[in-house]
Amino acid sequence: MKSAVLLLPGLNRDRDMIAALTKISGKPPLTVWQTETEIPDVDLIVVPGGFSYGDYLRCGAIAARMPVMDAVREKAAAGVRVLGVCNGFQILLEAGLLPGALMRNASLKFVCKEVSLEVVNAQTCFTSQYEAGQIIRCPVAHHDGNYYADADTLARLEDSGRVVFRYANGSNPNGSMNDIAGIINESGNVLGMMPHPEDLIEPAHGGEDGAGLFRAALDIAA
Amino acid sequence: MIQARVTVTLKNGVLDPQGKAIEGALGTLGFDGVGHVRQGKVFDIEMDGADKDAARKKLSGMCEKLLANTVIEDYAVDIL
Repeated sequence: MKSAVLLLPGLNRDRDMIAALTKISGKPPLTVWQTETEIPDVDLIVVPGGFSYGDYLRCGAIAARMPVMDAVREKAAAGVRVLGVCNGFQILLEAGLLPGALMRNASLKFVCKEVSLEVVNAQTCFTSQYEAGQIIRCPVAHHDGNYYADADTLARLEDSGRVVFRYANGSNPNGSMNDIAGIINESGNVLGMMPHPEDLIEPAHGGEDGAGLFRAALDIAA
Repeated sequence: MIQARVTVTLKNGVLDPQGKAIEGALGTLGFDGVGHVRQGKVFDIEMDGADKDAARKKLSGMCEKLLANTVIEDYAVDIL
């Protein structure tokens, strides 16, 4: 399966993401610049992390209004898998591809550490290589990861299995409602998450807990 | 030329950790009697033309599309 990584000014985790996708799929992903209005035929589009547009206005707000995001919206509607990590998650929320918002961490501090993640829903195309309830390790690095949604949206997410990852064992680093770390859209093909699975995919990283997510998303057997 | 001011504030009920920190700092500085503090944003925008109604409409569009995240924020448009 083919993948593409979006590039926007101020993102800085694109190289980690490209390295992870290359390592796992055996071929480098395509890269798509923010001004492109079409995305080539791929099976997975990844919006990586960083500080697009310097986090000006709101994290991800300006990136979400760039031409390439209309193309992402079209692809997502056509069923192409889309993964947003960290700033990529913020961008997908600002673009309206996922519900809710990410606010300043409750501690007001930038957090950079490892957390425990519970795989809440293992029946998505991104998590099928994990078990429901499995706890995995994953690094986080962000200042605005405090997930917020109104009560109705939150109930809808919880009731329909759309909370995919939750901070576990008291490791919620940002004050997110219901310890939410990652959510998926209604159709099950757009996943946004604050933690960085791309940074824990090979023994040299100190673990491979994140690799299963990319293998699943790319239909590569475990 | 029309001079407009757009004010974006967090909706009621949305937690504002930054406002809370400012509230604490005001107390630390000895300002007593300070209740809740909420942080927001102000945009001063110059617009061509003299039609205030048309400008107001355009500014609301800007708020809906970019200046405010209506999931968590309210906005107010003032023509100065």
